[in-house]
Amino acid sequence: MPAPDATPPAAPLLEAAGLACRRGGRLLLEAVDWRLAPGDALLLKGANGSGKSSLLRLLAGFLRPAGGRLLHGGRDAFADLARYRSALHHLGYQDALKPALTVAENLEAAAALLGGGPGRLAPALETFALGELAATPVRFLSSGQRRRAALARLAAVPRPIWLLDEPGIGLDRHNRDALEALIDRHRAEGGIALVASHGDVALARPLVLDLDGPPA
Amino acid sequence: MTDALLALVRRDLRLAWRSPAETLLGVVFFLVALALFPLGVGASPDILARIGAGVIWVLALLAVLLTLDRLFQHDHEDGSLDLLLLAPLPLELAVLGKCAVHWLTSGLLLVVASPVLALLMNLPPDAFWALPLALLLGTPSLTLIGAIGAALLLGSRRGAVLTALLVLPLYIPVLIFGVAAVDGVVLGLGAKAPFLILGAIQLAAMALAPWAIAAALRLASE
Repeated sequence: MPAPDATPPAAPLLEAAGLACRRGGRLLLEAVDWRLAPGDALLLKGANGSGKSSLLRLLAGFLRPAGGRLLHGGRDAFADLARYRSALHHLGYQDALKPALTVAENLEAAAALLGGGPGRLAPALETFALGELAATPVRFLSSGQRRRAALARLAAVPRPIWLLDEPGIGLDRHNRDALEALIDRHRAEGGIALVASHGDVALARPLVLDLDGPPA
Repeated sequence: MTDALLALVRRDLRLAWRSPAETLLGVVFFLVALALFPLGVGASPDILARIGAGVIWVLALLAVLLTLDRLFQHDHEDGSLDLLLLAPLPLELAVLGKCAVHWLTSGLLLVVASPVLALLMNLPPDAFWALPLALLLGTPSLTLIGAIGAALLLGSRRGAVLTALLVLPLYIPVLIFGVAAVDGVVLGLGAKAPFLILGAIQLAAMALAPWAIAAALRLASE
């Protein structure tokens, strides 16, 4: 790629061009187009079963698109899946926590697995006020506390693309504020966030993709 | 990359340590089932010695089979498998790491327990080194081949039973040469060839199985 003389103000970090997703023989979405520059956020709205989670799993590279292209920094994300995947966080409806390990051990193992250093673990725990729960095995936690322990991964391992599936589920007001502040900070640092939500997490100036909307 | 692999191995070893009941299930089954044979066959040491190697190998297959579901099942259920796919680590390598931990907590325990079992089955003294050596060469193949089945049937209902049906026929070569190795030593027939073949199966499984397992896991994560 030729290097541009002047850096464009907002080269897209992630771009969908006619992206289509098929699941179980059903076309969940067709020809979705959007481009997200550093600092942008995309809010996915839609009824249950409208394909929000599938779209996020597609964007994480777990599913193959039925059509169209996904561009990461201008290059096809699926052509170099390893590079693309190491740039993203995917938080699904499952928390990916081991019940037998403590909160701190879970975070430490996940961070090391994802390639993050140990230096950010303590601040990440503090982001969601998990300091007192750090030595508690995850099997004793409530669902909201588990969600916080999973969200702490976002703060522990810096990656530019966040794919969050109902991140606010089970969170109290205080921790939802912490999550919103975390997403705002991430965007201010040049990251992007794609959030599927029923409105419990407020994003500043999001692009909205309504999966219930009439097909274009 | 090595950091991520070490982190994965350390986490899985820690998990195995935290749930000893699940970890020791295979080897305890092995010991209990084997203890039934002298009772069932009756007090005839000659018959026990004759069938000993075969019985021990068959039970070793079943013991490994019992523990296969813990390889990927939990990771699939709690979402950790997705995390593994996002790690800057080739999935084939991650799979090999997980299989290594599985072997350390299943096959290796059988190797360690096997001299006691040789005694229980009235095997001749030569079997006290031949049996552990044959198991040492053969059990890693059992883990690797079994992991293909476990990964293929991930998420299916009655996965454990189906895994057994799928995997047991694939275990036959290991069984045949495992028994041949022990019998060859005990009966003085020469056991070099079966030992070498067991080693060859292990090397082939180590080289090829991770690709198949990783492909099956990618399918399961869709």
